[in-house]
Amino acid sequence: MKAILTKTTGLTDRPFHYCPGCTHGIIHRLIGELLEEMNLIEKTIGVAPVGCSGFCEHYFSCDMIGAAHGRAVAVATGAKRARPDRFIFTYQGDGDGASIGLAETMSAAARGERITSIFVNNCIYGMTGGQMAPTSLIGQKTSTSPYGRDAETMGYPLDLPKVLTQIEGAVYVASVSVDSPQAIKEAKKVLRKAFQVQLDGLGYSFVSILSTCPTNWGVNPVEALEWLQTKMKPHFALGELKVPVVRGGNES
Amino acid sequence: MKNLVKINTERCKSCGLCVHACPKKILGIGEFANNKGYYVIEMKDQSKCIACAFCALICPDLVLEVYREEKGA
Amino acid sequence: MRQGMALLMKGNEAIAEAAIQAGCRLFYGYPITPSTEIPEYMAKKMKAVGGTYLQAESEVAAIYMVFGAGAVGERVMTGTSSPGFSLMQEGLSYLFAAEIPCVIVDVMRGGPGLGGLGPTQADYFQLTKGGGHGDYHAIVIAPSSVQEMVNLTKEAFDLADYYRNLVIIAVDGILGQMMEPVEFPPSEGRKLEPKTWAANGAEGRPKNNVISYYLTPELGEVENKRWGDKMSLIKENEQHFVEYEMDDADYAFVAFGTSARITETAVDMLREEGIKVGLYRPVTLWPFPEKGLLARVNQIKGWMSIELSAGQMVEDVKLVINGQAPVSFYGRQGGMTPEPEEVVAAFKAQLLGGAQV
Repeated sequence: MKAILTKTTGLTDRPFHYCPGCTHGIIHRLIGELLEEMNLIEKTIGVAPVGCSGFCEHYFSCDMIGAAHGRAVAVATGAKRARPDRFIFTYQGDGDGASIGLAETMSAAARGERITSIFVNNCIYGMTGGQMAPTSLIGQKTSTSPYGRDAETMGYPLDLPKVLTQIEGAVYVASVSVDSPQAIKEAKKVLRKAFQVQLDGLGYSFVSILSTCPTNWGVNPVEALEWLQTKMKPHFALGELKVPVVRGGNES
Repeated sequence: MKNLVKINTERCKSCGLCVHACPKKILGIGEFANNKGYYVIEMKDQSKCIACAFCALICPDLVLEVYREEKGA
Repeated sequence: MRQGMALLMKGNEAIAEAAIQAGCRLFYGYPITPSTEIPEYMAKKMKAVGGTYLQAESEVAAIYMVFGAGAVGERVMTGTSSPGFSLMQEGLSYLFAAEIPCVIVDVMRGGPGLGGLGPTQADYFQLTKGGGHGDYHAIVIAPSSVQEMVNLTKEAFDLADYYRNLVIIAVDGILGQMMEPVEFPPSEGRKLEPKTWAANGAEGRPKNNVISYYLTPELGEVENKRWGDKMSLIKENEQHFVEYEMDDADYAFVAFGTSARITETAVDMLREEGIKVGLYRPVTLWPFPEKGLLARVNQIKGWMSIELSAGQMVEDVKLVINGQAPVSFYGRQGGMTPEPEEVVAAFKAQLLGGAQV
């Protein structure tokens, strides 16, 4: 029989602790598969955030470093400058990358750091129990915006990938989602390109992935996909928002 | 069997995403609970499976592996 | 620059040169007075030796870049001054828990707040008790001359690697800025184990995780005990101090860094008057060199801590002396430094005039 989709060596055997239907697991698998397919596992150092995916050091088969909240991109910068021959990615949630870590994300982009950031945006802070995130939508009820996010006092959701397209050192910026098998296939293609941009030494690559949080949105996993499709997608720019002038390698 | 979907029942969390994603609607939540207490998914009719792997694509927990029967040379 | 040649160098630059000679090829920092010469020297010199100088966006970012480079097993340094050191405190706690070797320089200036640019020693509590959270310690080294800054910076990298612990070189702003003749003698260094724990790419070996959390309180206690044992080992082996005129002393000053140099003159002045006084100079602030103090506790009738602060180290002196003799204090703040005459006067008033506990 021909294997169509089997377990990747890019992930360990440890069962994921994530909530049922949480899309972190899908994204982990895409990364693991790419590390395996692109022969990167032994050369990779991943940097984990603080958040639900703060334990992902145990899920990827490559060497991993656990960073402080928001500092994964700084840690990755330090590691990459120390070992430019290694493939280094950060994996961060919306708080880690766009709130407490916003300065580090944007500064690394400005410097054109040869690292790849994977930004998992579910419009909420999951690990700490469902507080408002910088990406939370106007009117969205969270535990710290119990009456709904009010633009007057709490500002507007931040579309970080859109902002990063303005930074010269950020040479590949994409925004995808994992709400359907088709979207997942597209997300993997985009991640592969982002990885290749790093391998080609072109600059900072950033992939934002719209994701679900059924538990804190208060819906079941299938409803969460719909919430993502109908409520989130209209508010965030989607697609390959910026590509390098010199295309990043082939798609073998 | 034409194609095969292997199910790692201990990893299943009964989230239902694969049931939703399957275009042939041949996956369902079963009546068997695994060690974590989740009612795991089951294949209702493997003969209808087209090995599209949509189920394995959308599964967040590495529960599913999909194999396609090799056509004759 | 050949080893074995004497040069007139500024303290900050000497530290940077010593780091490079110790094999450090990575420096991440942010400018802040009075430590800016460190990143500037690194920016110029690293290129020549094939190293990397990277200016971080803040001290917060800098300490985490240090974390990343150290986690992949490379020698790495950052340098800053008091407000920047405050920004790094969370990072220090993380560096300790993840057991990442690194060297951090704190050139202390006036505080609190934005403060002033003059020299102080008022980061002592932060340095030794931890401005970061949790039960942790950095090894803290306090040179008091540019030559010591060279020797001890070189050693700092070995210490950091040997114990897998962060090491901080703590000087006041005067030492950072002063110029003294300095040599770079070749040194043997410690025998060090390869960094098999580093997360530098799992080539031909099982993967490594460099993390700083634990999943259960039970594990948390086990980890903390293990770190505590490491601290006990360091306390046992790495207390360093220098004594000046202590052998026949009736009284003793305790001072480090620039205040030690000033106090040495005060000792000479008092000795000229026939008063038998000595200076006990800690070279490590953590571990605090209790051994030497305890060895003299039956001999010394009164101690006086001289600091550029409101009196921080004096608390550690009191803890060690434990009521067996009076311990007093004299200091200046805000960047001011005492004249030796002031130290003499304070000594006479407090320890000779009327005993203070």
